[in-house]
Amino acid sequence: MSTRLATGGRLTDRSDRLEFTFNGKRLTGFAGDTLASALLANDQMLVGRSFKYHRPRGVVASGAEEPNALVNLGTGDRVEPNQRATTTELFHGLSATSQNHWPSLEHDIGALNGLVAPVLTAGFYYKMFIHPRPFWKHIYEPFIRQSAGLGRAPDPEARDPDTYEHVHAHVDVLVLGGGVAGLQAAHAAGAAGAQVLLLEQSPHLGGRAPVDGGTIDGQDPEAWVEATVAALKAMDNVDIRTRTMGAGIYDHGYVLGYERLNDHAPWLAGPRHRLWRIRAGQVVTATGAIERPLSFAGNDVPGVMLASAMRDYLVNYGVAAGDRTVVVTNNDDAYRTAIILKQAGLDVPAILDAREYGGGALAAEARALGIRVEQGRAIAKVQGGKRVTGVAICAQAGAGGLLEEIPCDAVAMSGGWSPVVHLWSHCGGKLLWDDAQAMFRPDPDRAPTGADGAPMLRVAGAANGFLRLGDTLRDAEAQGREAAAALGFTPGAGAAPAAEATEEAPLAPVWLMPQGARDDLRKKAWLDYQNDVKVSDVQLAAQEGFESVEHTKRYTTLGMATDQGKLSNINGLATLSRALGEEIPQVGTTTFRPPYTPISMGAIAGEAKGKLFQPIRKTPLHDWHEAHGAHWEPVGQWRRPYAYPQPGESVHDAVMREVTATRTGLGLLDASTLGKILVKGPDAGRFMDMMYTNMMSTLKPGRCRYGLMCSENGFLIDDGVVARIDDQTFLCHTTTGGADRIHAHMEEWLQTEWWDWQVYTANLTEQYAQIAVVGPKARAVLDKLGGMDLSAEALPFMGWAEGTLGGLPARVFRISFSGELSFEVAVPAHRGRALWERLHEAGAEFGATPYGTEALHIMRAEKGFIMIGDETDGTVIPQDLGLHWAISKKKDDYLGKRAQARSHMTDPDRWQLVGLETLEGGVLPDGAYAVAPGRNANGQRNTQGRVTSSYHSPTLGRGIAMGLVHKGPERMGEEIAFAMEDGETMMRARIVSPVFFDPDGEKQNV
Amino acid sequence: MLILKCPYCGVMADETELSPGGEAHLTRHGPGSDDTEFEAYLFMRENPRGVHFERWRHAHGCGKWFHAARCTQTLEVFGTYSAQTTRPPQDLLDTISEKRPGWRWRDLA
Ligand SMILES: [Zn+2]
Repeated sequence: MSTRLATGGRLTDRSDRLEFTFNGKRLTGFAGDTLASALLANDQMLVGRSFKYHRPRGVVASGAEEPNALVNLGTGDRVEPNQRATTTELFHGLSATSQNHWPSLEHDIGALNGLVAPVLTAGFYYKMFIHPRPFWKHIYEPFIRQSAGLGRAPDPEARDPDTYEHVHAHVDVLVLGGGVAGLQAAHAAGAAGAQVLLLEQSPHLGGRAPVDGGTIDGQDPEAWVEATVAALKAMDNVDIRTRTMGAGIYDHGYVLGYERLNDHAPWLAGPRHRLWRIRAGQVVTATGAIERPLSFAGNDVPGVMLASAMRDYLVNYGVAAGDRTVVVTNNDDAYRTAIILKQAGLDVPAILDAREYGGGALAAEARALGIRVEQGRAIAKVQGGKRVTGVAICAQAGAGGLLEEIPCDAVAMSGGWSPVVHLWSHCGGKLLWDDAQAMFRPDPDRAPTGADGAPMLRVAGAANGFLRLGDTLRDAEAQGREAAAALGFTPGAGAAPAAEATEEAPLAPVWLMPQGARDDLRKKAWLDYQNDVKVSDVQLAAQEGFESVEHTKRYTTLGMATDQGKLSNINGLATLSRALGEEIPQVGTTTFRPPYTPISMGAIAGEAKGKLFQPIRKTPLHDWHEAHGAHWEPVGQWRRPYAYPQPGESVHDAVMREVTATRTGLGLLDASTLGKILVKGPDAGRFMDMMYTNMMSTLKPGRCRYGLMCSENGFLIDDGVVARIDDQTFLCHTTTGGADRIHAHMEEWLQTEWWDWQVYTANLTEQYAQIAVVGPKARAVLDKLGGMDLSAEALPFMGWAEGTLGGLPARVFRISFSGELSFEVAVPAHRGRALWERLHEAGAEFGATPYGTEALHIMRAEKGFIMIGDETDGTVIPQDLGLHWAISKKKDDYLGKRAQARSHMTDPDRWQLVGLETLEGGVLPDGAYAVAPGRNANGQRNTQGRVTSSYHSPTLGRGIAMGLVHKGPERMGEEIAFAMEDGETMMRARIVSPVFFDPDGEKQNV
Repeated sequence: MLILKCPYCGVMADETELSPGGEAHLTRHGPGSDDTEFEAYLFMRENPRGVHFERWRHAHGCGKWFHAARCTQTLEVFGTYSAQTTRPPQDLLDTISEKRPGWRWRDLA
């Protein structure tokens, strides 16, 4: 059984007992424990179930690479799935539950999946997806949904109560990883005078060195780490952040760091996570190496653990994974585990060394301690289900013939080490295969480069393939100095400390154990623990023709789980290369992508949630709207009143009332959000003629014209009324959402194509409040305010005038988007509220009614006016909308003119704008398609049009719609059918003119 | 996340301040051009592995458009220059020739 020893644990404080629960069971641990070490201390070997087969899974690693020990952490609004127990610091009151099992961890019905394992082999998903849809929908999907998946998402209604933040940092040298290599590199760069930031993902500095032993400068590594950290902290130009992971490295020295501030102490105030957005001149990654498992049958049984992890639990936490541990290895390092276990008084029945030639000095030391060492031996099979009960021994050279069975309750395995090259690969660094150490390591000649074309990233220590302590430190010193020197700093006279570690015999690559393992053994030899990928799956993929490592990855799902294959990657591709009969470097690796380990969505969002999600743009009348019960609609970043429901009134009823009040008396609309762009200069007319499809240069000062803007592709991008202010000045009204975009569009053409034209533009949108005064009483109320002659003679339709209205400086545009007598009055923004209130006061006798965007939409649709974004979708040209009258035929050129002459644009089969009148008076669903006879190649119904706008018109008392219909304008009076959401039910409508109301404009021409 | 120097305001601008504008030095073809010319202008774009000329706008800065020459493979930036030109400055072309002997991009080399 796994247990806490009577003494030991360099990171734990035995005077500080912490209570926590796992699956509701109350357990205790010590301050300094991880959840994994505390679970092991309580003999909780079984911590979860695997993804596909629901196999029992125990802790296998001790750090970020852990594939098995994933738990749901927290309760209520704070529940979070897939948290690694190995990197979760224990705290008082921690609550964790295991994942992926039903009904319980101990008795999981899904383990029956093992019985259907033959159908769940490599390519399962691929093969199933091509089955007929009903088969997938009714048989496979419910089965997979029930049985697969890791963890459970939190309640969708829950809101994360924690806060998160982003922080920006600019440094000379960024060091990622706080093991001895990272510390030494930071010291070298710092001593040269560079501004250094060092990030370490764990709470502790020093990495593996204090566990692995040896001496540095004659000191115990732990003492050296302490002294070096003290020296770094004394340097003003060096900062160290623990619990902060280098998550990803991107272009030009951009690095994301992920700091977990109070996951270990949730009662602390302040943000929970912090996303560091760092710009570094040079980056040094000192991310160490990860031990590889060995591929033998039953290597996933709880109790089988990486040899280094077992050492970590013993030294760091005083926890033994078992009483009797068999060690199996292809290298000398695992002997350290055997020696340490033995020295702690635990039993090590055997070390199985797959190498015929055996180990070096460490092997001699183990033998001297009385440990039985077997060379050329392997594990044929691990015995036990929910925990290890023994191992069957065989010759590594054979197929698995049993030599002996050894009872034990734990297995420590080591297949060698893989440098953590993920960050190097994130930004394009290439790898080379180191045959002697059987590992991929960074190729210094193909480093990621920065803006100046020079390398921006260096790798130091074990991450660079230097696994021995002395080599690690020498490399780290050199990389730190070079990073500083690359930025122009002069490294001093310092040198790497001398370090001693025991000499080691060479590793022998072992990719399958035993090397010729029988079929039944290969089917139980796991590569990817989390996604349940076995040696036999990768071999099957190769057999089925998946030769590329990227294809094999996707076909088998190897390395696609939340651990991104940190343990499985190299073993998987070695298995693939053997199956293909190729060398490992020829097969290559899959691409590592950021983040290194998952980071929280909260950290990515940072402060951008709730009220801070995005800035809200408010018109000068916003507070009035709010005080008068506006039902808001977001339009771009603006908030516009959709309607003003009165107490007891539904939003729909309010909209109907607002339309009727405007059509029969007086409506007032806050139109301040409309874009207002000033175009000025000697060449303004010429420029306007290029921007708009209409002839704008002939517009007379004092007059307005409705204009259309197209992209160079010919598609309609915006519309609005242009007023000519004087000879050299135009004021362009754009759509609410279009102001910034259209201003940028104008600037792009001015700056990059016609830079010799003398034209200036200014976006004045927020400088003015603009109020639409609409309805039969519009003139009457403005006359009451007084100061300007707004009679039909003085200010005809499509004219504008400047003056003083009710004491306020105003521009009055006589334009109409409703078909009513209508004036849009613009005043300086800070006078907007005064004008609005005066209009309500003076208009009270006419029933002045504020109306919102929905009433505006209905009134424009009743008149057949198009709306950008409803009638247009980026594929619609003005000609589709019957707007030929707004396209100048006299002009040689305008943006979009050439495109509109292309054959597809002039195709008479294009869908064109019509009105649609439902036969039974109902309202067509927005976006509904009109069906045509027959079906297309995909078996879908053919279509002949679609609804672009649809409303209930209170004016006409029925549903009205606009739509684009094949040859629509030629088919007036024809009835066509629109499919409802179910695709079967039809709603019939008649094709009519899009102008439903007052076609002769009698209401506005008064 | 590139960093480009805005040649107008001199700021070393983070990519979050910039908006991309696609390939540089296109020649506009309007009414009167034939379909092939117009198609080339509107749709046909270089997609090189190596030296490339692009348009960028210092959108969240001074608002000016400018040109950048960079390597799409290594992300090395050779230089940025004014938007008001139909051809990169000669000294920039010389710099690129030094760093990437034998490079070609459309009719530039
Ligand atoms: Zn700028």
